[in-house]
Amino acid sequence: MAEATPKAEQLVQIDYRPPARDWMDPAVEFRRGTFCYSATPKNLHYLGLPSPREWHPYENDWKLPADWREIILAGMKERLGRFRSFRLFMDICVRCGACADKCHFYIGSGDPKNMPVLRAELLRSVYRRYFTTAGRLLGRLAGARDLTEDVLKEWFYYFYQCTECRRCSVFCPYGIDTAEVTMMGRELLNLVGCNINWVMEPVANCFRTGNHLGVQPHGFKDSIDFAVDELAEITGIRVEAPINKKGAEVLFVVPSADYFASPHYYTLLGYLMLLHEMGVDYTFSAFASEGGNFGLFTSHELIKRLNAKIYAEAKRLKVKWILGGECGHMWRVLHQYMDTMNGPADFLEEPVSPVTGTRFDNARSTKMVHICEFTADLIHHGKLKLDPTRNDKWRVTFHDSCNTARAVGLFEEPRYILRAVSNHFFEMPENTIREQTFCCGSGSGLGTDENLEMRLRGGLPRANAVRYVKEKHGVNLLTCICAIDKATLPALMDYWVGGIEVAGVHELVGNALIMQGERRTTDLRGEPLPGKEA
Amino acid sequence: MKVLYSLGAVAVLAALGWLGGAVAGLRGLFGIVLPYAAIAAFLAGLAWRVIRWANSPVPFRIPTTSGQQRSLGWIKSGWLESPWTTLGVIGRMALEILLFRSLFRNTQAQLREGPKLVYAESKFLWLGALAFHWSFLVIFLRHLRFFLEPVPGCVLSLQDLDGFFQVGAPVLYVTDVVIGAALLYLLARRLFAAQIRYISLATDYFALFLLLGLAASGILMRYFTKVNILEIKRLAMGLVTFTPVVPQGIGSLFFMHLFLLSVLVAYFPFSKLAHMAGVFLSPTRNLANTNRMKRHVNPWNYPVKVHTYEEWEEEFHDKIKAAGLPLERE
Repeated sequence: MAEATPKAEQLVQIDYRPPARDWMDPAVEFRRGTFCYSATPKNLHYLGLPSPREWHPYENDWKLPADWREIILAGMKERLGRFRSFRLFMDICVRCGACADKCHFYIGSGDPKNMPVLRAELLRSVYRRYFTTAGRLLGRLAGARDLTEDVLKEWFYYFYQCTECRRCSVFCPYGIDTAEVTMMGRELLNLVGCNINWVMEPVANCFRTGNHLGVQPHGFKDSIDFAVDELAEITGIRVEAPINKKGAEVLFVVPSADYFASPHYYTLLGYLMLLHEMGVDYTFSAFASEGGNFGLFTSHELIKRLNAKIYAEAKRLKVKWILGGECGHMWRVLHQYMDTMNGPADFLEEPVSPVTGTRFDNARSTKMVHICEFTADLIHHGKLKLDPTRNDKWRVTFHDSCNTARAVGLFEEPRYILRAVSNHFFEMPENTIREQTFCCGSGSGLGTDENLEMRLRGGLPRANAVRYVKEKHGVNLLTCICAIDKATLPALMDYWVGGIEVAGVHELVGNALIMQGERRTTDLRGEPLPGKEA
Repeated sequence: MKVLYSLGAVAVLAALGWLGGAVAGLRGLFGIVLPYAAIAAFLAGLAWRVIRWANSPVPFRIPTTSGQQRSLGWIKSGWLESPWTTLGVIGRMALEILLFRSLFRNTQAQLREGPKLVYAESKFLWLGALAFHWSFLVIFLRHLRFFLEPVPGCVLSLQDLDGFFQVGAPVLYVTDVVIGAALLYLLARRLFAAQIRYISLATDYFALFLLLGLAASGILMRYFTKVNILEIKRLAMGLVTFTPVVPQGIGSLFFMHLFLLSVLVAYFPFSKLAHMAGVFLSPTRNLANTNRMKRHVNPWNYPVKVHTYEEWEEEFHDKIKAAGLPLERE
């Protein structure tokens, strides 16, 4: 796959002129590098999802069920009745075009169907045809299209070419949220078994083992033990990292990449140090061993199915409240869906920091606190001994993850932490951060290598902003609080920028944290600390 | 093609309106029956629309947060951009509806050599949209002088304010100029900006041409041709008091104006123009970011098949045991 990816100089030759062909005539070319492979039937079987079969997007025959059109239309009808967002967003767009160049995929590809307005029109045109009088009578003149196999293929291509980042919805005068539209589009595609493996495999894994990566309980234990051993080497301190411990005060849930991938892993080390140093009575769960939720990229039902284990484990382990690690879409689910879907969490208590006594009022119903909120509170109360010079080799910038930004509003906490643990923090331009932040290009389950060209295109705006601060301030570290970012930004940076490392916020916390009785000569990556070179 | 279809359709409608005034036997239809029918369609249609939207529940609280959440007391939170109080939500909605807050953020992305992406300020769409909507509102309110007797002081004051510059006779209304310019700008965008032309549907042009026809016929009547204002007022008063009279000696241009208005009003609820009502219901804007503070209830929340801890423990029992992790059942 990699050799097929064009060079940056070629990729950036983007033609923004729309084609002569009217958008209403569907035409999709499944070009290598710009789409994700279909889900294998075993994953759908395991989850009991419809139409498991061998098929490939690039083949002509998608082997759709015979009554696929009826299934989709019935599914649309049901969802129009269930989601006001869906019905409303189908009706009120005026096609003003304000969203057009807000999408990273449009900016990076120039494909007009990546303008959020047209992405939604792909679905809207079918809505008009079957659910509005004007569309039924006037057809194309009213912007209505028949639902054909080609239209379905277009849905697949473009709804798996949207990372549900919600940037367009910030700019839309009616708040139309393409993420909602894409989520509906994907739910409908799922009804006829058109889904992608990079989403369905993690979903199936997560349902079975408790986490996306399919790590089984002993593997989970090994990973955590390994981290504890490594920390003992780095700091001279053996921390405790309990798993499935009943009666702990706090259940700690992190995305599985934190204990299985790099550079996430250094963030995990940071958490472990922090929780040890503060003496927090917590436990991991080998069952609720995933904060992330790829159900979000599939259907509302699957969000609920995967999310259920978090409250279930909190109840079983009899904890008081839940702490969540650094992850983007995980926090969209925890913030906007969990309590509604699987609450009320009346068996838990309103979260209170055991260290500072701070009551986390903002989480009084859901009972789940973001680790950045927790740590920012500690720093504010002067509970952490920090030596920011230990991060002096890093000139740091911060990438707001789409979901913590536009679905939670978590802007200041990570920045407050970063300013406390590093001496060189620089913001990217304001059009590219906070609520206007650009997606990494690989969110919502599209971070697979067969989709690399599209990911690089979608990541162009983010990378370009990093390049700007690299040239202006010598930035060499891109921090973030999202597991998908940590997994995909390194490749993006290497491709477009170069000389940029990626790290979680709590990696820098771990570096700067002065632990009682520590013996440290290296940072968490095993590189010598300034002044402590052996 | 879409442009021509729409232009043609509006031209035909305008001609029909003209005909309605020119042929004596049609004046009753165009002056009384169709306006009543249009109002009825508007009211019924809009009510149906809104009820249909309202009938779909809001299962999840999904505000788009454009500002800092309310979390730790010492962190300044964005009470308007990420509101957590009802007042904040009202403020956010007011900014959106009265000042088009989100559109004000608009930028234009440009890819330059380097590559270097630049996001240029781009306020023209916001300005054009705001100019059009506010002018339309003022013009609508000014027209109340035809429907109310005595004319309320506020309508007269608004009229005076609109004619503030005291140019020409009859006095030129600022809004007449602004609405024309704004509509032409919005049309020009659709026609000449390649991306916007690509996404535009026939209905987008139709709405613009209809509004332009409406504005142009009104402007012509006021500044260029003579119309019998007293007769028009008699017709308008007759309509609102449900004692309609077939007007005499008004002129075809007025009938054209009235008919285009009737079409606009009747078309309104069944088209994208319904965004006027819809924006109030938009769940990404009208919900508070209190997600973790208050539980939001989904009326159709149904039980789903989950993988329970017990099932999980059973499947991995030996491995859990070997790893030395606690078990529920030994």
